[in-house]
Amino acid sequence: MTEPIIRLSGIDKFYGDFQALYDVNAEIQKGEFFSLLGPSGCGKTTLLRTIAGFEDVSKGTVEIAGQSMEDVPANKRPTNMVFQSYAIFPHMTVAENVAYGLKARKMPKDQIATEVSAALKMVGLAGYGDRASHALSGGQRQRVALARALVLKPKVLLLDEPLSALDKKMREQMQSELRHLQRAVGITFILVTHDQEEALTMSDRIAVMFDGRIGQLASPQELYRRPVNRKVAEFIGVMNFLDVSYTAGANGAFDCDINGLGQVTVPAEQAPGGVDASVTAGVRPEMLTILSGENTRTEREAAGTVSDVYYFGDMTYYDVKLDGVDKPVTISMRNTAGRTVLGRDDRARVGWGAESVLLLK
Amino acid sequence: MNPSKWFKFYIAIFLVFLYAPALLLPVFAFNDSSIVAFPLKGFTFNWFKVLWETEALHASAKNSLIIALSTAVIATTLGTLAARASARYKFPGQKGVMGFIMIPLVLPEIIVGVSLLVVILQLGFDLSLWSIVLGHVLICTPFCVAILSSAFLNLDQSLEEASFDLGQTKFATFWLVTMPLVLPGIVSSMLISFTISLDEFIIAFFLAGTEPTLPVYIWGQLRFPQKLPSLMALGTVLLVLSMTLLATAEYFRRRSARKTGIEDAGGFL
Repeated sequence: MTEPIIRLSGIDKFYGDFQALYDVNAEIQKGEFFSLLGPSGCGKTTLLRTIAGFEDVSKGTVEIAGQSMEDVPANKRPTNMVFQSYAIFPHMTVAENVAYGLKARKMPKDQIATEVSAALKMVGLAGYGDRASHALSGGQRQRVALARALVLKPKVLLLDEPLSALDKKMREQMQSELRHLQRAVGITFILVTHDQEEALTMSDRIAVMFDGRIGQLASPQELYRRPVNRKVAEFIGVMNFLDVSYTAGANGAFDCDINGLGQVTVPAEQAPGGVDASVTAGVRPEMLTILSGENTRTEREAAGTVSDVYYFGDMTYYDVKLDGVDKPVTISMRNTAGRTVLGRDDRARVGWGAESVLLLK
Repeated sequence: MNPSKWFKFYIAIFLVFLYAPALLLPVFAFNDSSIVAFPLKGFTFNWFKVLWETEALHASAKNSLIIALSTAVIATTLGTLAARASARYKFPGQKGVMGFIMIPLVLPEIIVGVSLLVVILQLGFDLSLWSIVLGHVLICTPFCVAILSSAFLNLDQSLEEASFDLGQTKFATFWLVTMPLVLPGIVSSMLISFTISLDEFIIAFFLAGTEPTLPVYIWGQLRFPQKLPSLMALGTVLLVLSMTLLATAEYFRRRSARKTGIEDAGGFL
């Protein structure tokens, strides 16, 4: 593996008596789209600001491109930031905003002009240079902020919840634009977000943070399919939890008896965080199937009663009370041709298999 | 008359009582008679000429200008520090401290004047222009803090961080980002405190030693009826000056609001 562009080692951060970060360790690779995901107050923005140099670390080191950033102030670091509020200078035009960092570097004027117009073109704002920046829309401000940071060709671009101020449609558009932009410039992006969908669709890797700690650092697929504990599993997507009792079986597998589903042997890799007495069985909604008359191919079968139906057109979400379980489980089904949609209080045959189940602490 | 007509009538009466006396100043300033009474006798610039030729008046005008300028600079500097501190930092006793700074807004000036007089004399200092500046700074600072607080509160903290992040030094950030965005507030604060100090009478009256300010001089001249028309002329000059300054201050305040893209939330005019 090549030298990481950013290495975070053993970072603690205190604000007085309050500890915001606990022993954070991570390596971020060059050219990676990396996300810090977590609920508000989990320390993800604090971590981003320690990388940018706006916050000191209380313990541990931040290394960028192999160099320790201790005593390197924000204005000397090879990082640039896109702020949540965009922080566009309101008393300057769009072009003056984008040229701001280049002027600080004392670049010759004609070269600045070339760079600025190239940067504006890159973010789709060609010809907007003379606009007053306070008259821009949210999406346009976002693009100016991106151009202003990227024009400096930083080693790492830091993005602090850049899409949270945009409406849904604009947000989805900017998500794909950001991804394309990142691939085009090849710069490492670190994105802070509380939106798990945003993190899943955009990132190469994600660090999920809770209470100042990294809960899991993995690719989107791995996070979704192999969450290391209940907390991560609940935060990423929807997860049903069922009580389970287990005994250790052959090859590190677990012989389980799952409340409402039945008996099954779960291979070791489906208990990514290990097991202990607190373990529960986690089942994703799409890992269960509602079996209808003609479609009965399944590894195992359980039974229950439909307690609620949410029809979305392409999908139907069922709340099903498995026999012997009070809390309903959510099951999602694609509404493919010929599939009948069940109604409330219908009896349902639920198909599942060993692959459907995760054991989570 | 229906209620809305009554209301209009009330407004008309209100405005007449408020502004008619002030409008009499210019009327009699140009009246060619030493008696301030109707009917008007004729048009003259004579009273302005008298003003021009009165030495004592020039001295007091100079005193007033020195005091007003010093007050504007000192009160705005103090106001900038207080406003920046309260807008940006959280510190123990913040609300209490800010409250005490604002109290002179509602404190009767006569109390400020008398108590300052007692303190200054007890401390063994002589009364001078600076004792008046002291009193004026006290009553002007709350206005400066009020104006500058909104300027600093409207300044997004991440703007300064962004400038630093883009490679500028902290010093350059202050001049390139912070100052341009709060400058209209600073100008407006200086103009308001200048105007307040220029017009102020009670504190100046108590704390003036041998050097009277313009309002104190005017009050002294009111004993001589034959000087009344020239005082009307002087009043006219002051009226025009004050209104110009206030309008300028308001212009800067609005420009500041527009530049930072916030809704105009009313002001002094």
